[in-house]
Amino acid sequence: MEQSRVWKFNNDIDTDQIIASQYLLLSSIEEMKKYTFESIHKDFSSNVIEGDVIVAGENFGCGSSREQAPRVLKELGIKAVVAKSFARIFYRNSINIGLPVVICEDLYDNISENDLIEIDFTNGIIKKDNKEFKSTKLPEHMQIILNSGGLIEYLNRKAE
Amino acid sequence: MGMTIGEKILANAASKDKVVPGEIVTVDLDLIMSNDGTTHLTIDMFENKIKKKEIFDSRKVVFVVDHNIPAENEKTAMVHKKMREFANKHSIDFHEGRGVCHQVMVEDYVRSGQLILGADSHTCTYGALGAFGTGVGGTDFLYAMVTGTTWLMVPETIKINLTGKLPKGVSARDLMLKIIGDIGANGANYKILEFGGEGIKNFNISDRLVLCNLAVEAGAKTGIIEADEITLEYLKSKGRSPKNVFHSDDDAKYKKVYEYDLNQIEPVIARPDHIDDVVSIKEVDKVKIDEAFIGSCNSGRIEDLRVAAEVLKGKKVSEKVRCIITPASNNVYLQALEEGLLNIFMESGAMIMNPNCSVCWGSCQGVIGEGEILISTGTRNFKGRAGHKDSKVYLASVANVAASAVAGYITEYKED
Repeated sequence: MEQSRVWKFNNDIDTDQIIASQYLLLSSIEEMKKYTFESIHKDFSSNVIEGDVIVAGENFGCGSSREQAPRVLKELGIKAVVAKSFARIFYRNSINIGLPVVICEDLYDNISENDLIEIDFTNGIIKKDNKEFKSTKLPEHMQIILNSGGLIEYLNRKAE
Repeated sequence: MGMTIGEKILANAASKDKVVPGEIVTVDLDLIMSNDGTTHLTIDMFENKIKKKEIFDSRKVVFVVDHNIPAENEKTAMVHKKMREFANKHSIDFHEGRGVCHQVMVEDYVRSGQLILGADSHTCTYGALGAFGTGVGGTDFLYAMVTGTTWLMVPETIKINLTGKLPKGVSARDLMLKIIGDIGANGANYKILEFGGEGIKNFNISDRLVLCNLAVEAGAKTGIIEADEITLEYLKSKGRSPKNVFHSDDDAKYKKVYEYDLNQIEPVIARPDHIDDVVSIKEVDKVKIDEAFIGSCNSGRIEDLRVAAEVLKGKKVSEKVRCIITPASNNVYLQALEEGLLNIFMESGAMIMNPNCSVCWGSCQGVIGEGEILISTGTRNFKGRAGHKDSKVYLASVANVAASAVAGYITEYKED
């Protein structure tokens, strides 16, 4: 299974920190993405590579409903966000745009930035070296949306 | 087993007799609202990604331009133009420069018992009228606009049981900040926050909007208050009637019940950068400020402006402070004009803005610079929320923000 590099963030990372208000009205996600995490991790957008993952503490994505937050992460190539817990709107938005969000209580305290992990989405298992951490599986309805590639793809498929 | 108000609204919207927490239901929506913070991207998705480009029922859709109005640059102007043209083409109600979206919705649209999605986190405000409002992202909004439905997981409900009456000088905002401080910024994550008890009878609609508006800051899916005679009177004054008036059953199940004696609440302040870092305002006495803001969907109503005028009457804003006052809607603005409040503000040296999200949104007006400190009646105090990443935001009640603007430092309002 493919290994992913970890970017680590702490508790209560809000959507203003993921992408600040002054960039939300730019005309596209492509234009916005270079400002991701600007206030707390200036080098993030220039150093992130396709397939990296974010590991965070409690309440990741709290605050505003801006869908730009999960969208810039996806646009930058983030493969999944693993957190102890998520704020509800961010969680929902991520599934809707096809960005996997994984709840895992134990990984955060056993991981450092730049560590490599493997995520087995199907079985809900995250591996680091030889250690395994159990993650929560999505309810079936949300899994169907995510598997479709997001809510719009799900809608289009239903319309066919 | 009985149901809570929130569960009853969801059951009704799902055309079911009963729903239980954890169940995923498909629900019909009464209204959907989107503003200029995200709608341009939603329109792009509608135009470029949706195969069947149809709007389910445009009479249920409302667009409000309130975040960056009037436009401060060409890019924003194009965002507004895109919204305006789309609304026009699809016969969608379009409000531009009429006020903060939630205030416009409460004044013109929301009815008790409705289920409303808004592409804005503070859509939970509508619970003050006994409606179920919840914030979503653009994709959810788009799906709702095309199908008239959405899916929701029925949340558990947390009850905030209020008794007694707030002491003079203590506001609903002090109470709500205190609650968030107690339960934490994710203390109601995924849950409904239901406010009830005999103490709620002492709260007018404006107070109730303050409570429900900040429910999302504790992570809640919505805040809600049972519609009563105060609610029905308000709706009547706006020429509307409730869709349904639901009450929580005596045997409804709550995840948790918190008791608050309103007599014990005191003026508080949320310190930077977390809204649940709440302490007595006395603990931060004399912190110097650069800017003071009165407004937002939380505290920009006529009741708030009356309090601000009481504090500022005959006083001068400190020379070291910019004091910015933004009525939440044109109706509020006109009422304040009629009552002479705007004269008091102008004479005090405050600046009055056109109705919009203003300083609370952090990228329209009153943006603060590096190292600067703002005291605000807005909704959030996240790091960098009002401008530079190394600026700070304190959240307090209208009276204490106004008193601090005069003093030049954080202080508690004391009547002369």
